[in-house]
Amino acid sequence: MLFQDIVFWILAVMAIVGALGVVLVPNLFRAALLLIVVFVSVAGMFILLSAEFLAVVQILIYVGAIAILIIFAIMLTRDVQHGNLPNRMQIPAAVFAALLLTALVAVAVDTKWEFLPADQQDRAELIQVNALTTLTGEVLDDAGVSPEDQTEVQESGLADLLISDYVLPFEAVSVLLLAALIGALVLVRPNPGTGRG
Amino acid sequence: MNCVLGADNILNDTVLYRVIYEAVGHVLPCGVSYVVAGLAMMLILANGVLLGAGLFSWVERRLIGRFHNRIGPNRWGPFGMLQPLADLVKLLTKEDLTPRGADRIVFAIVPVAMVAPVILMMAVVPFAKDTALVNLNVGILYILAVTSITSIAIFMAGWSSDNRYAMFGASRGVAVLISYEVPVVMSLLGVVILAGSMSLDDVVSAQAVPFFLVQPLAFFVFLAGTSAELNRTPFDVAEAESEIIAGYHIEYSGVKFALIQAAEFGAVLTASAVMVTLFLGGWSGPFASYLGWAWFLLKIGVLAFVFSWVRATFPRLRIDQLLAFAWKFLLPLSIINLFATALEVYFLRDAAGTLDTTDLWIMAGINFGVAFACLLIFGTLIKEKVRPAGPVTGAILSPGEAD
Repeated sequence: MLFQDIVFWILAVMAIVGALGVVLVPNLFRAALLLIVVFVSVAGMFILLSAEFLAVVQILIYVGAIAILIIFAIMLTRDVQHGNLPNRMQIPAAVFAALLLTALVAVAVDTKWEFLPADQQDRAELIQVNALTTLTGEVLDDAGVSPEDQTEVQESGLADLLISDYVLPFEAVSVLLLAALIGALVLVRPNPGTGRG
Repeated sequence: MNCVLGADNILNDTVLYRVIYEAVGHVLPCGVSYVVAGLAMMLILANGVLLGAGLFSWVERRLIGRFHNRIGPNRWGPFGMLQPLADLVKLLTKEDLTPRGADRIVFAIVPVAMVAPVILMMAVVPFAKDTALVNLNVGILYILAVTSITSIAIFMAGWSSDNRYAMFGASRGVAVLISYEVPVVMSLLGVVILAGSMSLDDVVSAQAVPFFLVQPLAFFVFLAGTSAELNRTPFDVAEAESEIIAGYHIEYSGVKFALIQAAEFGAVLTASAVMVTLFLGGWSGPFASYLGWAWFLLKIGVLAFVFSWVRATFPRLRIDQLLAFAWKFLLPLSIINLFATALEVYFLRDAAGTLDTTDLWIMAGINFGVAFACLLIFGTLIKEKVRPAGPVTGAILSPGEAD
């Protein structure tokens, strides 16, 4: 338990210092790099909670794609070295941030975090594994899952859930992404009248 | 004092880790030996990759020398084998310069950020039976995630150097990395469908027939895409010497340059190792239970030779040709491969959802036909797309003059 505590505190301090750096460092490029530090620390937290899939996806999407996008956007800003000039929105921003923080803390404190009882823990782990690997009947027999429950475990993987229970949100997200893609293409298409963008 | 790893510990499957842990556990308290064993494994991994990179730099220089009809480094040691050591000493004794306008902190982090993904990638690759450092059940995703860190490192190098050429090289490099990521990931999906798992151990054991026979199209796409992601000729627009001098690592010298070079050569080895695991059957072969590591190294050698061969043979592509190659050639091919594989698995699998060896051979036959037809058709189509923009008057155009 001791090591997990040490690792947790290292990751927590990294994440918080990184997050503070993102808002306080004037150099925008460094701020983007500090954001990557935050993403990596959160991925470390996921590993600590034995959610390797989430950790890997966090790195793949946030570090590999979103951070690159942010850096590209930063390269288009006016003054990377000194950041943007302050404007009059500081007070509304502070109020909004305070409200958001209050709401998040209230939700976190108010929620009843239920831990799975020991007999369901193994089952949950099997379901997690099944999200990535097709478990055969033999493996489930070895793990002591009764034949009646096997289909339930086998069909509770992430992929199966995405195309059964959550097919509507999944498709909605796909349509949204497609719309964004077409929108981007329309925006960068050269104007036929002048031949310029 | 006897320390025993818990059965649920993720490192329990790693024999080497367990041996070191139990050996150290006789002398030191369990908590300390846990850390010591971990550090020992890290040392082995890092040194293995970096020494391999040094050795490969010599092999490749000799090989390319032969391809160019010259000799290559042959002075120091048997066949010039100690040349990497001489290079290292030379680079270590050189002055470590930082440009005046550079972002010093970011500039110093870059070499580390370049080497780290290369070493991390090796952690999930099984060298022989049960020898992967960690048998992650998300192994393939992990490899993809770790490689994506490289693009950040290239960006950091370009930005922090305060040099136009470095910035050009970095934007080109990132454009190439982002474009080629897509077909590479799509080509891996076929492998994942066949193996039914993302764990590299399971992928190896699923290869009753090596997957480069079952998935020839995916193998081709992955080989070409990886070659581009490694920034090697013919895809090395990010550091094209004749156009932008050295690209993103133009300002690096001394030990930092040595690290960046080590990362580039090491990346070839790790990419070969990943490809061996995914497509060439990993450590399997005759007498695999005790000669697995030898098969693994042999296959890596073959693939590394192919990489050097390609590098020595083809001229460099232009950046627009390069991106067209990714989006108009490799991406459609990988989608066709994914579609064909999914259909074949749907029709050939038995009631339990598994494929036997006969099924795999049938798929190999069909997929070879598909691959041949696709390469023929797309090869003719892409010819039109990559033709030089200006009028060509019969004279031989060098890649630099073509634009």
